[in-house]
Amino acid sequence: MNSEGTILDIQGPIVIAQLPSALIGEQVKLGSEGLMGEVIAREDGRAIIQVYENTEGLRPEGPATALGSQLSVELGPGLLGGIFDGLQRPLNTMLDLTGERIERGLVVSAIDRNRRWAFVPAEELKVGAQVSGGTILGTVPENETITHRILMPPDIAGELHDLVPAGEYAVDDVIGRVRDRYGNIHKLHLSSRWPVRIPRPFGKRDNAVQPLITGQRIMDTFFPLLKGGKGAIPGPFGAGKTVLQQQIARWSDAQIVIYVGCGERGNELTEVLDTFPKLTDPRTGRPLMERTLLVANTSNMPVVAREVSVYVGMTIGEYFRDQGYDVVIVADSTSRWAEALREVSGRLGQMPVEEGYPAYLGSTLSAFYERAGRVVTLNGNHGSVTLIGAVSPPGGDFSEPVTSHTKDIIQTFWALSKDLADARHYPAVDWLESFSLFVDAAAKWWHENINEDWMRLRNAALRLLSESEELARIVNLVGVEALSGQQRWTLETAKLIREGLLQQSALEPQDSFCSPQKQFLMLKLMIEIYNRGAEMLRIGMPVQELLRQPLMAKARRWKIVYSSEDIEGLEKELQAIEPTFDALRTEYASPVQSTGAKADLS
Amino acid sequence: MSMLEYRSSAWARGGLLAMRNVPGVALGDRVAVRDHLGNRRNGQVIRSSSEMVLIQIFEGTDNLDLERTWVRFLDQPFELALAPEMLGRVFNGVGQPRDGRPPIISSLARNVNGAAINPAARAYPREFIQTGISTIDGMNTLVRGQKLPVFSGSGLPHNRLAAQIVRQAKLLAYGDDNREGQESFALVFAAMGVSHSDAQFFEESFEESGVLGQVVNFINLADDPPIERLILPRVALTCAEYLAFDLGMHVLVVMTDMTYYAEALREIATGKGDVPARKGFPGYLYSDLAEIYERAGRVRNKKGSITLIPVVSMPSDDITHPVPDLTGYITEGQIVLSRELMAANIQPPVSVLPSLSRLMKDGIGEGMTREDHARVSSQLFASYAKAQEVRSLAAIIGAEELSQEDNQYLKFAEAFEQRFVSQGEHEDRSIFHTLDLAWEILSLLPKEALTRLSEKDIEAHYLSTGTQ
Repeated sequence: MNSEGTILDIQGPIVIAQLPSALIGEQVKLGSEGLMGEVIAREDGRAIIQVYENTEGLRPEGPATALGSQLSVELGPGLLGGIFDGLQRPLNTMLDLTGERIERGLVVSAIDRNRRWAFVPAEELKVGAQVSGGTILGTVPENETITHRILMPPDIAGELHDLVPAGEYAVDDVIGRVRDRYGNIHKLHLSSRWPVRIPRPFGKRDNAVQPLITGQRIMDTFFPLLKGGKGAIPGPFGAGKTVLQQQIARWSDAQIVIYVGCGERGNELTEVLDTFPKLTDPRTGRPLMERTLLVANTSNMPVVAREVSVYVGMTIGEYFRDQGYDVVIVADSTSRWAEALREVSGRLGQMPVEEGYPAYLGSTLSAFYERAGRVVTLNGNHGSVTLIGAVSPPGGDFSEPVTSHTKDIIQTFWALSKDLADARHYPAVDWLESFSLFVDAAAKWWHENINEDWMRLRNAALRLLSESEELARIVNLVGVEALSGQQRWTLETAKLIREGLLQQSALEPQDSFCSPQKQFLMLKLMIEIYNRGAEMLRIGMPVQELLRQPLMAKARRWKIVYSSEDIEGLEKELQAIEPTFDALRTEYASPVQSTGAKADLS
Repeated sequence: MSMLEYRSSAWARGGLLAMRNVPGVALGDRVAVRDHLGNRRNGQVIRSSSEMVLIQIFEGTDNLDLERTWVRFLDQPFELALAPEMLGRVFNGVGQPRDGRPPIISSLARNVNGAAINPAARAYPREFIQTGISTIDGMNTLVRGQKLPVFSGSGLPHNRLAAQIVRQAKLLAYGDDNREGQESFALVFAAMGVSHSDAQFFEESFEESGVLGQVVNFINLADDPPIERLILPRVALTCAEYLAFDLGMHVLVVMTDMTYYAEALREIATGKGDVPARKGFPGYLYSDLAEIYERAGRVRNKKGSITLIPVVSMPSDDITHPVPDLTGYITEGQIVLSRELMAANIQPPVSVLPSLSRLMKDGIGEGMTREDHARVSSQLFASYAKAQEVRSLAAIIGAEELSQEDNQYLKFAEAFEQRFVSQGEHEDRSIFHTLDLAWEILSLLPKEALTRLSEKDIEAHYLSTGTQ
């Protein structure tokens, strides 16, 4: 199906070639080095090609070959734990082949073709059975954490002609054959290919029901995201986007995590490559890399491959979703991807709309985000892809096109604030700007699994935080002395919540991951302190006296004193609150006043 | 083909020369242009099609007579000849000598565009560099292989800060290869569009600290052709890569000023008719800057390193201007200079709150600096941020109305700026001195306010006399 042509024009990553029969989306090989690209537009007999590699050295009149296929990824056992570039080439293999610098025109297989996998055919599957896209043919234990389910490719259906017995097979070995209704025989392998720009088919969409537990208090407790949801983390540089994304990749309770480093820093990726293999999954105790896959295209690698890398990550994610897994895809950063779109459209001279971005920016973004979701797979199981995109708005301006389009699409918005980051309040998620459309759905899970008070306490904490924001404005105008004792107490407990609950250190081992139980108890403790203190104020205790209590400083350190497992310790702190305040009460209560009245915040 | 000279120039403007009817020229190839006075100019192919070849001329297109301009396509990429003798020399943006001495002759030449380092081949930077400047060492630590820009504005002393870092930068005596490391230190100085007096200042500063023989200079002055600034950082970094990864040296690259580089890029982009994105800069500014900045770093199993300190001046002090903004997204932090601090005569006027070093966390702590370093730094940030709030409050309601604790914060901020931030241009503080100083100043605050420090830290370092 190959068709030959010649190069006419080279300008940065865009090449125009005389290729009359090439289709849009088709892969093209260019020049003597065989640089890969894809057709993005057609004009008469000419194809406009975006090239995944640096085009330096290409010449007009050089060869251009259309390859007859679209850009696709290889899907099969051996992907997990891998580190790939934007074109699904394994970086470690490339390192062995060409050394520390990435050479052009290198073709490397994504998965090891020689490795043999222990394939066990599905028991209930008999020769002659009707099979279709998504049917589980058998399983391969990829590692201790993940069992790889070998699926029928979505585009094949028919009668199972034969299937190999249990045994060791390489990805290229034929494990079975299918006769379709036209009588054609299709060979089946452990691996298959799928074009990255076409979403993999599924049965139907279903509602997301379960929160994604990330172990980050500001996310889980205040702005939850569900498995199968779409989230965004926008923030100016230095606000901690990458650390937060890495925290999600480390600790979230998904079964598969795909981290797409799209146009980001080389050293940061190296840190991921260095640290991830040393981490263990807090739930299974197994190495985290067994469930993780990295796609890394740093900012100095070619811009078109950067654009492709998010699709590569997404397609691999969908493949694991189809096996019935909950997948989280973390894309850092979608702005770099949008900028790659802008760069290509700018080179094509397309009319820019906002800030140089092409008119199709919004639709491209939403089409991509819509590939996330919880679905009923073709074989009737449930699987989900949760997509979390970092956004890097220029100058931290959330009204710029990429942030504003993203905000329209996603369901959970974790807005990072420069002011919080400057004060080293991490994670710098701004509780006033952030939102989650999933609070009610998440509440169901929290109420069933943790405690029925979750919603009430969470709302109480948020109310305190927003009230304190008002009060802080007053203080900034007229000073703290203008506040009443109650208002002062609100202000101070909001501060306690900020420092003791919202701030969470990614570097402190005790604090980096916070279990839902610990999150809830800490929340309850804070609100309890507020309520008890407010009660004290009502019986005439001066607010200064309350603020002097050692409890206020102690409460700020609970997060690092108690580990996620040490629920008992926190329970004890909770029980100790009542006696502490009772002791205070005896000291201050005037004998005539009733002390029985209790007016909780809620 | 390299023997053929073409005279088919179609047009020339703004540093660009277009040639008609030159077949099969490779993108990125080097071009030699001979003008009617017989002077040679250097160029590079930036677009090549069967009808037209577009060349950027680093010496500019002034005084080109199209009829009498001869163009030779050298059929080779833009390369730089590399040899150890480059140390101590001064070159222009394309790597030709500026110091009146003969050009570098070497069998080794490399493409100045470099190739991207495979992320799997990088070694994560974690070796602490002591700059002797408290605000950097204590709160925004620099490590080997980091790229840490200085964000500045016109009239601010960024050059003095860069020179001070160059003079004082050293490793602490923890590493085994330390002594060796000191010996194989080199500096690459890339100046784009700087004034004669600034260039002179750097030269004197290098001379004074006795490193002149270890410096490779690539100089493009304010009155040199601006297009040359496009190739200069690439040439300088090619040299730095050679020193670091071939000769095993630890190379500090100072690039000043990246804003002039970006403006030259904009000039060529508009000349080419590229669609502008923000403030007229082309949409590929991010990728272009990344190609430069990302050449810093360390490589596994190689001894050398490239640490990069670009100076970025922010037009009208606007940190959201595309150049500082995109730089901040690529580099691992930034050191921000402040006009207010300079007006208060605090030198160097480093504004710590917006400053950041992303690689700090792995370069400090026990065995590298001191066990309490991370928490002290975090506490300084938090307390100083709080003190700034108190200050703005005091500006409204008057200092008399403040609570006792708030007054303590004011004193803390004052001491922090006058004693911690402020230090002489020639004062070289060890990291231990810096941390002790931090404790002295933190002790102006009550113990209860120091929530980012552990109780053990407070016991060990808090000066109880400080509260009085």
